[in-house]
Amino acid sequence: MLYFSDLLQYSDVFLSGLKTTVELTVLTTILGVALGTVCATVRQYGNRASQRVVSVYVELIRNTPFIVQLFFIFFGLPALGMMLSPWQASMIALTINLGAYSAEIIRAGLASISKGQMEAAKVLGLNFRQTLTRVIFIPAFEKIYPALTSQCIIVMLGSAVISQISVQDLTYAANLVQSRNFRAFESYFVTALMYLGLSILLRFAFNALGKRLFAYRTAN
Amino acid sequence: MSLVNLHQVHKYYGDHHVLKGIDLDIKAGEVVSIIGKSGSGKSTLLRCINGLEQYQQGGITVDGKEVTTDDIQMRRLALSVGMIFQNFNLFPHMTVGENVMLAPTIVLKKSKAEAEATARAMLEKVGLAEKFDSFPEKLSGGQQQRVAIARALAMSPKVLLCDEITSALDPELVGEVLKVLEQLAKEGITLVLVTHEMNFARDVGSRVVFMHQGKVWEQGDSKTLLSNPQTDELKQFIGAVL
Ligand SMILES: Nc1ncnc2c1ncn2[C@@H]1O[C@H](COP(=O)(O)OP(=O)(O)O)[C@@H](O)[C@H]1O
Ligand SMILES: [Mg+2]
Repeated sequence: MLYFSDLLQYSDVFLSGLKTTVELTVLTTILGVALGTVCATVRQYGNRASQRVVSVYVELIRNTPFIVQLFFIFFGLPALGMMLSPWQASMIALTINLGAYSAEIIRAGLASISKGQMEAAKVLGLNFRQTLTRVIFIPAFEKIYPALTSQCIIVMLGSAVISQISVQDLTYAANLVQSRNFRAFESYFVTALMYLGLSILLRFAFNALGKRLFAYRTAN
Repeated sequence: MSLVNLHQVHKYYGDHHVLKGIDLDIKAGEVVSIIGKSGSGKSTLLRCINGLEQYQQGGITVDGKEVTTDDIQMRRLALSVGMIFQNFNLFPHMTVGENVMLAPTIVLKKSKAEAEATARAMLEKVGLAEKFDSFPEKLSGGQQQRVAIARALAMSPKVLLCDEITSALDPELVGEVLKVLEQLAKEGITLVLVTHEMNFARDVGSRVVFMHQGKVWEQGDSKTLLSNPQTDELKQFIGAVL
């Protein structure tokens, strides 16, 4: 027999976990994509030395497990005198992780923009920053938008790991509840549904934003 | 006084010597057609004039000021030299109007109302006033190229460089673009155009410059030069394109 009603008394725990996961997701998605954009720009247009620095960062993150990155930041950095709360450590780890993966994706978008666009902006007198923000970024993001959306969702789902350093996120709530009432099936089933709902919501939000940013694709 | 002056300009791509001592003097109001085989250095020449490419020897001045690829210099140069490309290079995410208004607003710092008035006037000039709110990809190639012309004109350049701007167009669309150029020539704007349109070069152009192997091989008044070429290379070239 299944007893979903046994979860009801813990609805506050679930809701507070959900809130933490949503907050971290919104924050790290914005910061991570911003970091990825800067890194992609450096990797595409920067000088040798700065390209090298970004490459090392990106490869370091993409070739190590997220949980190790998280533990390193939370348990390792205090050795260097950097004490972080679980929440802060998670925020940083998730941002750095998304930053690296999205840098690769966004760089592919930048590379897909023809050199002619850059030159047209240049001969019109735009400076480099104006060229990027006014001319290059929107078409570049459009090219890789589905991949970027998926990556953000992957990072959101991967954030379940932060319960390991006792951030009270959605997965932490599930663990807590099933340890109290031993309803593991019900507890994780409901949690899985919530993650599914979050994925759908995040995709929905990305689609809505994309419709505004890339309106020229569908206009007249 | 000369508007564009090149003195013994040499340009290399690595070891590849592409421009071999170009001397050229263009006065305000001239319509100069640059012709020559593919690979003879025509595009490179234009790109050196507006600072898109660096040259290694010699000197180029526009309106009396030295041309360099230095960033700030390049932006100042952009105020006097306009360029139109073979592939239009309109910005796909902006409407026609936004394309034309962009540089006047953020480079010349014109107010939005002023930039819009200029944009509408320039689009009117190229016969596309009604496309102000359309996006580039909804336009034909000929219309896109005319928008590119309007976009360049909105910066009131002293000289307009055109690099084979009808070569990517379907034959039936070439005429509408040439007509706009002819109109501009009549208004006295200085044009330097790389072109394969010999009729245009002869009838509208004031001077023809024939490039061959990275050199100005022969040049002169357009009608005289094309009907009475002196060098074997130009004779051969004219024979091949006509
Ligand atoms: N970016 C470049 N790098 C190396 N070589 C180039 C580059 N652009 C042009 N060239 C070479 O320079 C020569 C002149 O090219 P170009 O000026 O484009 O000729 P045209 O416009 O007359 O066809 C050609 O041999 C071409 O291969
Ligand atoms: Mg060329």
